[in-house]
Amino acid sequence: MPSALSKEKLRNMYRTMVLIRRFEERAGQQYGLGKIAGFCHLYIGQEAVAAGSIEAVRPDDFMITAYRDHGHILARGGDPGMAMAELFGRGSGYSKGKGGSMHMFDIEHYFYGGWGIVGGEIPLGTGMAFASKYRGEDRVTLCFFGDAAANQGSFHESLNMASKWKLPVIYICENNRYGMGTDINRVSAVAEIYKRASAYAMRGEQVDGMDAVKVHDMVKDCADHVRAGKGPILLEARTYRYRGHSMADPATYREKSEVESERKNDPIPRFRDYILKQKAFTDAELDAIDAEIKKLVDQAVKFADQSPEPALDELWHDTVVEEGEPDVRPRERVLGVKVDWPTFPISFKVTWEIEPKDKSEKRAG
Amino acid sequence: MAEIMYREALNQALAEEMERDVRVFLMGEEVGKYQGAFKVSQGLLERFGSARVVDAPISELGFAGLGVGAAMVGLRPVIEMMTFNFAILAMDQIFNNAAKVRHMSGGQLRCPIVFRGPEGAGGRLAAQHSQVFDSIYSNFPGLKVVAPATPKDAKGLLKSAIRDDNPVIFFEGERLYAVKGEVPEGELVIPIGKAEVKREGKDVSIITWSRMYYFCQQAAEELEKQGIQAEILDLRSLRPLDEEALIATLRKTNRAVVVEEGWPHSGLGAQVVDTIQSKAFDYLDAPVARVTGLDVNMAYAANLEAATQPDVTRIIAAVKKVLYLEEK
Repeated sequence: MPSALSKEKLRNMYRTMVLIRRFEERAGQQYGLGKIAGFCHLYIGQEAVAAGSIEAVRPDDFMITAYRDHGHILARGGDPGMAMAELFGRGSGYSKGKGGSMHMFDIEHYFYGGWGIVGGEIPLGTGMAFASKYRGEDRVTLCFFGDAAANQGSFHESLNMASKWKLPVIYICENNRYGMGTDINRVSAVAEIYKRASAYAMRGEQVDGMDAVKVHDMVKDCADHVRAGKGPILLEARTYRYRGHSMADPATYREKSEVESERKNDPIPRFRDYILKQKAFTDAELDAIDAEIKKLVDQAVKFADQSPEPALDELWHDTVVEEGEPDVRPRERVLGVKVDWPTFPISFKVTWEIEPKDKSEKRAG
Repeated sequence: MAEIMYREALNQALAEEMERDVRVFLMGEEVGKYQGAFKVSQGLLERFGSARVVDAPISELGFAGLGVGAAMVGLRPVIEMMTFNFAILAMDQIFNNAAKVRHMSGGQLRCPIVFRGPEGAGGRLAAQHSQVFDSIYSNFPGLKVVAPATPKDAKGLLKSAIRDDNPVIFFEGERLYAVKGEVPEGELVIPIGKAEVKREGKDVSIITWSRMYYFCQQAAEELEKQGIQAEILDLRSLRPLDEEALIATLRKTNRAVVVEEGWPHSGLGAQVVDTIQSKAFDYLDAPVARVTGLDVNMAYAANLEAATQPDVTRIIAAVKKVLYLEEK
């Protein structure tokens, strides 16, 4: 099926993918220079998944992910300088330098983090979708996680509830084939994650996660299904990370030939070829995007490097919400720009019935 | 003033808050059709419908996390744990997510959620169903923890917990649900973080919370007959601790006994004693004594179970010890 992607969407996706790649390369470099510490999980190789998915949904759809989150915050429109500053542990980072690589949050863009325990965010995404249904919104939640998270109990518990209650959520498993150093096939009875949907009477789909167009079209189709109230979907995106699990991992558990062969499948040249074949943009136009991104990422590194560390009294903020204390809006705080902030109604009517009254009484009888 | 049961007080608080704020919903095992394992949610399904009183599968981690996610985007969930023994399965969601989301997001998000349910010995339930968790939850920054003893406190504190913008752990007592007490009619909100002197006395302070309060009352009555006037300070909130109230009672009596149902090692009482020694050292006329559950797992046998828990005799003995009175 030919994709109906507009020029604008093609451009956005290409730009996002290149931005993530260049950002991550610089993050790896800055890690090597000692500017970034701790765990730092790069998204290099998986760019098509975030870029394709986000372009397929509304800007106000919810999104949540695990700790390999740099790509997701950028894809959603987060400020590269503030994301890099967070990696540097600086006060101008999205979480004031309190979160670091694993805990990126950009609520202005409906991106809800940034979670460090494998599978721990799956119930959260489920709850966000519950809230949408509770309020009668037509919002979809994209809940991302890795292949290894599908072996956590949180995956099972969440998918069961989501299907039973028809929650508007797409569970997007980014299957990069390794849970840290362990091949998913070595520890999974059913390593094709999407097949597990059948255990929850849920629609399951698989997509080539190295193909941005296919990801986009699949997520679009899934979002339409979910938004129409037809229940959640488990979508497995087959992808690959070119770097180790984190910057601390030399990835010696993989054959060099495997990585080399996967590199032939690099989602960015592949997408570029597609765009050129479609004659949507010329080589020169794409080169211009590349140049713009290079500059943007240079600026991001510079911004991070020049930002001061958080003030020490920040230790005593953000543990407990004091009465009347507002939420922090990062771009307002750091860049002084006025932003639209997500708000949710405090007064509404709940029309949803999980178990319609007559039906549950009949069953009781 | 009406005399009602602890479970009825909780039920009133839930119903009033759900009436007041449509964002509040109750989720847990058996909360709906079964009307609550301990009947706390009696009648609520009928009144508020199945999307606001949600019967969850037995997936404590799953529905605890679902609540946290819903709280992050504007709802105010009350998650019922049938008992806190089962909430062990949900600790990842409570400690790693609920307690840390404000911090990790740099203040972008808040998590107004209540995790409530009973803890402590329920009566011949053996090792896995009789545990006390005061200390472990109170250890975590980002959480508030309350443990009301009386129906009045239960109602007032639950309403506060639901209105609070932070995750609140709300400990009920498995043996408290049928306890009766006077609860004022109308709006009743008791602030989190405030202890209450439940009995005035000048000779010794007995500091306690939750079910042990009733043992302490009995001990105080017994001591009164012997000419000893014990003051009882009911902490009600375990985090934050009411340090001012601790200092005030020590200033008055100069002697303290801390009574808790849980284990002694790293128990919450140890934190109370530390607060006393660091903030009220000059008022002390004797080392502070602790009465706790024994440092063993709970047995099923009736005599072993009884011997494991604090009782009136042990509380009286501890009071006499800090008064340097020989036990006859």
